[in-house]
Amino acid sequence: MGKLSEHKGPKYGMVIDLDKCTGCGTCMVACAHENNLSVRPDESDIQRKLTWMRLYMVTNGEAYPKTEVSYFPRPCMQCDHHTPCVSVCPATATDYDINTGIVSQIYTRCIGCRYCMAACPYHARVFNWWDGYFPKGKGLERYLSPEVSVRMRGVVEKCTFCHHRLMRAKTKAYNEGRRELEEDEYITACTEACPANAITFGDLNNPEHKVSKLIKSPYAFRLLERLGTQPKVYYLSKKEWVRKLGDNYLPGEFKPVNPPKA
Amino acid sequence: MNPFDAALFPEGTKRCSLKLFIAWNIPWILLLLWGLVGAVLCLYKGLNQTNMTDYFAFALWIVFDLAVIALGAGAFFTGFLTYIIGKKELKDIINAAVLIGFICYSGAIAMLGIDIGQPLRGWFIFWHVNVHSMLAEVSFCITAYLGVLAIEYLPIILENRQIQRIKELRLFGNNLHEIMAMFAATGTFLSFFHQGSLGGLFGVMYARPFAYREGFYVWPWTFFLFVLSAIAAGPCFTILCTRLAEFITRKKLVPDKAVQTLAKIAAYLTGIYVLLKIVDTLVWAYKLTPKAGLTLMDYYKEGPYGIWLLIAEVIIFGIIPAIILLIPKARQHPGWLVVACLMNCTGIVLNRFVFTVVTLAIPVMPFGRFVSYWPTWQEWGIALALVGYGFLLFSLSYRYLPLFPKERELNP
Repeated sequence: MGKLSEHKGPKYGMVIDLDKCTGCGTCMVACAHENNLSVRPDESDIQRKLTWMRLYMVTNGEAYPKTEVSYFPRPCMQCDHHTPCVSVCPATATDYDINTGIVSQIYTRCIGCRYCMAACPYHARVFNWWDGYFPKGKGLERYLSPEVSVRMRGVVEKCTFCHHRLMRAKTKAYNEGRRELEEDEYITACTEACPANAITFGDLNNPEHKVSKLIKSPYAFRLLERLGTQPKVYYLSKKEWVRKLGDNYLPGEFKPVNPPKA
Repeated sequence: MNPFDAALFPEGTKRCSLKLFIAWNIPWILLLLWGLVGAVLCLYKGLNQTNMTDYFAFALWIVFDLAVIALGAGAFFTGFLTYIIGKKELKDIINAAVLIGFICYSGAIAMLGIDIGQPLRGWFIFWHVNVHSMLAEVSFCITAYLGVLAIEYLPIILENRQIQRIKELRLFGNNLHEIMAMFAATGTFLSFFHQGSLGGLFGVMYARPFAYREGFYVWPWTFFLFVLSAIAAGPCFTILCTRLAEFITRKKLVPDKAVQTLAKIAAYLTGIYVLLKIVDTLVWAYKLTPKAGLTLMDYYKEGPYGIWLLIAEVIIFGIIPAIILLIPKARQHPGWLVVACLMNCTGIVLNRFVFTVVTLAIPVMPFGRFVSYWPTWQEWGIALALVGYGFLLFSLSYRYLPLFPKERELNP
């Protein structure tokens, strides 16, 4: 499994600038809309609602007026190293694509044992506790995308980096006689929808792509990086406290980029 | 006057009246019915009938599954000791051990069938198997082992007085007895792997620092600890069940020698297990946890689960029963033996609970919060139906089958 990281082909990843993110939630809505996420008449049970992109609000813990707020939009991290969910699935219903680095989910093969959910530390995987709900006559069914299959109850689903968009872009390129995709030819729905341009998407292995430059920033970090999952979603923030919230640190372990002057 | 169904009783044994027997079983049948209603609801309406969430993907049922599979380990281990090691005195308890194992495993598999979101796709584990998954190994081994247990239970059924009259079935039963060593060996092999893989299930989750353990080749240390704890607690559970049967029937059913052999072996195994568990806990607390940027107390800072859980599991329900069992005089005392066995079994159930529920309850994300979970009546019903099923099958087997070969001799 370790060898996958050395793959030289495209490896899609995302960089989210938390200092630009306003927490508006457009990414969540765009994602749900793009990927045919079912809704329920009552969506208040957040521990059971379906969302592939979850927005976490965090604060610096200071009292007013020093309180600062930031938001962590959290898609699937598409872990690159020994992908925790892939290795545990008993029925091979989730897979790591060596050619793109994308972790897929095969809904019709998933038996719903939920072991993958237990293994994922990011809570990126959600379970269909109910049958899909697209009420007819209310217009919802007309918005269903034919490119993404709807899910049945009892299976696990998760963000796929809008894999169908990659297929669409590849088909278009093939028809035009091209082998390579342009940088902005394949981007995810959340990337496209973000009004603050906080999300950048591209090939982490391509030095020309913005993402591969952005991840070299000293302000770039990944969620729970020290667990060794090697997520392909990076975050950017100039705020030390936000970067510190990206992982667990023992006292004195966190190294600020700009240490406070003595 | 002989009870109505006396012709079915084992030769020369006394049983209560049929009315009393039915009355005794009513609570267990009610538990089964409760579970049945829950199961129908879960299968028809889906797992929204439970209180499981995306955070508590594993919950009450998995705790019950892991617990009964560990407690049911008495079956394979007693079989191993009887047929492979040659502890002849255990032949007086092996039938009961096999039956307990059969109840535990069949109940666990039935419960798993409801626990998965798409029960009709259960066979995908075998068809589309991912050989790297610990759960795949567990599924293969427990399914195969349930087959072995059924084969081991069959000759006991065939020993029923009326079935023995049919020559073909009698001969078939006798022949099965002859080759039981082979099934005992197969059962031992299968059990070693699935008991271990159940531990591996959690130990391999390297992104969950609370559960993650290093190990040997592809097996995390939890693999070996689960095997060891199962063979330490399994015999204790067998002893407890036979003692309970003796208490309820007010008869001596198993010779002391068989019980003491099991208790002595369980004593040494519990001792070794607790020692290794302490080493494992120290390595986990002082090596693996800091590596993830956490301290031991970080795990216990939120929610109802405190460090007391570790103290209860390792010291109170680990070291203490090990000490009681290791002192020959204490384990020979009927009261202390039951206390020690009860504590030992509690410790193992607690261990399985910690790995299942507490692992998922403890937030890994630095900004994650503790969320709570309490099972619905449907979940409790399905879990408790296992208890009802166990009592019912055990009672039926006791009444009509020679479950305890020495019963006649001990109760002249």
